[in-house]
Amino acid sequence: MSIEHKITTQKVNFKVFRFNADEDYLPYYENYDMEVTSEEVVLDILNRIKWDHDGSFSYRRSCRHGICGTCAIKVNGRSTLACKESMNDMVELFGNELVIEPLSTKRAVKDMIIDKGDFWEKHAAVTPYLVADIDENPESENLVSPEDAEKLDEADLCIQCGACHYACPAVAINEDFFGPAAFAAAYRFSADVRDNSTSRLADVNEEKQGVWDCVKCFECAEACPKEINPIGKITKLHQMAFQEGIAKNNVAVRHAVGFKKSIVKNGVLDEGGLVLYSEGPAIVKHIPVAFKMFTKGKIVPPWGITKSENLDEIQKLVKSSSTVKF
Amino acid sequence: MEKLRYALFTGCTAKQSTPEQMMSTVAVAEKLGIELVELTEASCCGASHLQDYDDFLSLVLNARNIAYAEKHGLTMVTICNTCQLNTAMTKHRLDNNEELKAKVNEKLAEVGLEYKGTSNVTHFLYAIIDDFGLDKLKEMVVTPLSQFNIAPFYGCHNIRPSELQNETHKTAENPYNPTSLDDLIIACGGETVDYEEKNKCCGFHVELQAPHTAAVLTGNAIAGAMDGNADWMVTPCPLCHLKLDTQTAHASKAIGREVELPVLHMQQMVGLALGCTPAELGLNHHLAKVDFV
Ligand code: SF4
Ligand code: SF4
Ligand code: FES
Repeated sequence: MSIEHKITTQKVNFKVFRFNADEDYLPYYENYDMEVTSEEVVLDILNRIKWDHDGSFSYRRSCRHGICGTCAIKVNGRSTLACKESMNDMVELFGNELVIEPLSTKRAVKDMIIDKGDFWEKHAAVTPYLVADIDENPESENLVSPEDAEKLDEADLCIQCGACHYACPAVAINEDFFGPAAFAAAYRFSADVRDNSTSRLADVNEEKQGVWDCVKCFECAEACPKEINPIGKITKLHQMAFQEGIAKNNVAVRHAVGFKKSIVKNGVLDEGGLVLYSEGPAIVKHIPVAFKMFTKGKIVPPWGITKSENLDEIQKLVKSSSTVKF
Repeated sequence: MEKLRYALFTGCTAKQSTPEQMMSTVAVAEKLGIELVELTEASCCGASHLQDYDDFLSLVLNARNIAYAEKHGLTMVTICNTCQLNTAMTKHRLDNNEELKAKVNEKLAEVGLEYKGTSNVTHFLYAIIDDFGLDKLKEMVVTPLSQFNIAPFYGCHNIRPSELQNETHKTAENPYNPTSLDDLIIACGGETVDYEEKNKCCGFHVELQAPHTAAVLTGNAIAGAMDGNADWMVTPCPLCHLKLDTQTAHASKAIGREVELPVLHMQQMVGLALGCTPAELGLNHHLAKVDFV
């Protein structure tokens, strides 16, 4: 039995970001109406804009196979590999009006082409390679067991497309923040049994640049076309900091640890107590807001907290299930 | 329709810094004829921080919470996006990994509990949409919010990671173009405001460690809603509410512009449309004054 394969077409209006840093003061959007077939991917549309409408239209692509990462752009705000993303899916997701933009409009050089300098700088800054004393004349292969290889959790599949980096709001606000792709790379090597770098984990635990400044928005997990789940790697880097004893006694670390303390005491969180534990004397800076909250009945004093019922059960579980000491 | 019943996981915030979240949840459930059985034994979900410190402990505690919902034979309903994420993520991991589930159950057995995986976990927003139904809600509206432009603020952990969240509720949400809260606003008779920041992060989780990043995110969100001519904002997440309602001074300073709007909990908005009184909904507990009722 042969299954008939039917190619369908539909009209789509593309609003395309245009900018030439050499000539334009401001970017603008150009409209292109096209009949799109169900066979096409987003890259076909970029090609057709260039071939049929405007030869000066610029974008990057190389492998056309979803493995080089150069063709990443945004469609209606969603990062995508142009060569992999089917037009049909885009229309299904967003309708017949599609906005095509580079990964970062702020860093645009020409149309879809951006300056990825910050991305590569941050990538380079996390020691993205194996640090190991290599025996130059080994007697046997340096084998990694399947279990140990699994610990990388597919972080090695990253193609450096930058989709997560330019979707990350913390990167956009804080120029020191390494960003999700750099963290995924840091995890990839830190989790490698052969690696013995002593600085990488410390670097990604520094305040302002490191993993503690991640806002936990999951934009990176959503953006990644390779399903690397960068925030999952960030969580693992947090955990490594405790396991390897390099977690510093700072506000971010105490904030994480404070949850356990609070849970042991009440089952539920003592929100005020957590802030006090995390901040220490610096808590005074919160007094003006805390006072306003208090007058509005938004703060429960420590003695007013309703503890969880069966608290003894929770305490028993915390005791027997805790895997980390700090 | 058979009476809807859920096991309510309040989370910590609704019992402490957003008492109005709890009040309005109870008021709305009563109006809609939804029965909520509060999980008074539940512990904190770890609020996306405990697992950074101790992943296994976080799994055990969340599994324990779900086990209590299972004991009641009810779907767990959450009223906080981060509680929703942590609980749904635990459920997903245990349901897809027998070995992990067994390890967790070994611990739970010490206190006579077992995680089976029989209870679903959903957020009250999706319980209203999926189970109660917006058409039915529309019919019950007695005070349509027709004179208001309302800016939906979704909050990260209800819409991302979308794969996980779409496992737990029936109406799939596109994180780049979410619609649930917009649909709810429309069902309440209001006008929705479309603005860029509606599906962005409020910055809550790094308020202590990265205050500047947090303040800019909050400021941008309120500014976006203001530029969209919103009269007020509405959110299903008490953590987003806290950030947008109480941190306006820092946010204004961080973005160099005075920003402030009333920020209602999703339940308060529904309650208003259903004719609950402002007192029942705790509208007096907000820092950004709710002066339109
Ligand atoms: S989860 Fe963290 S790393 Fe990922 S995009 Fe958000 S802030 Fe950036
Ligand atoms: S983690 Fe994913 S999105 Fe980020 S650079 Fe690597 S492949 Fe691209
Ligand atoms: S061209 Fe290589 S990933 Fe698209």
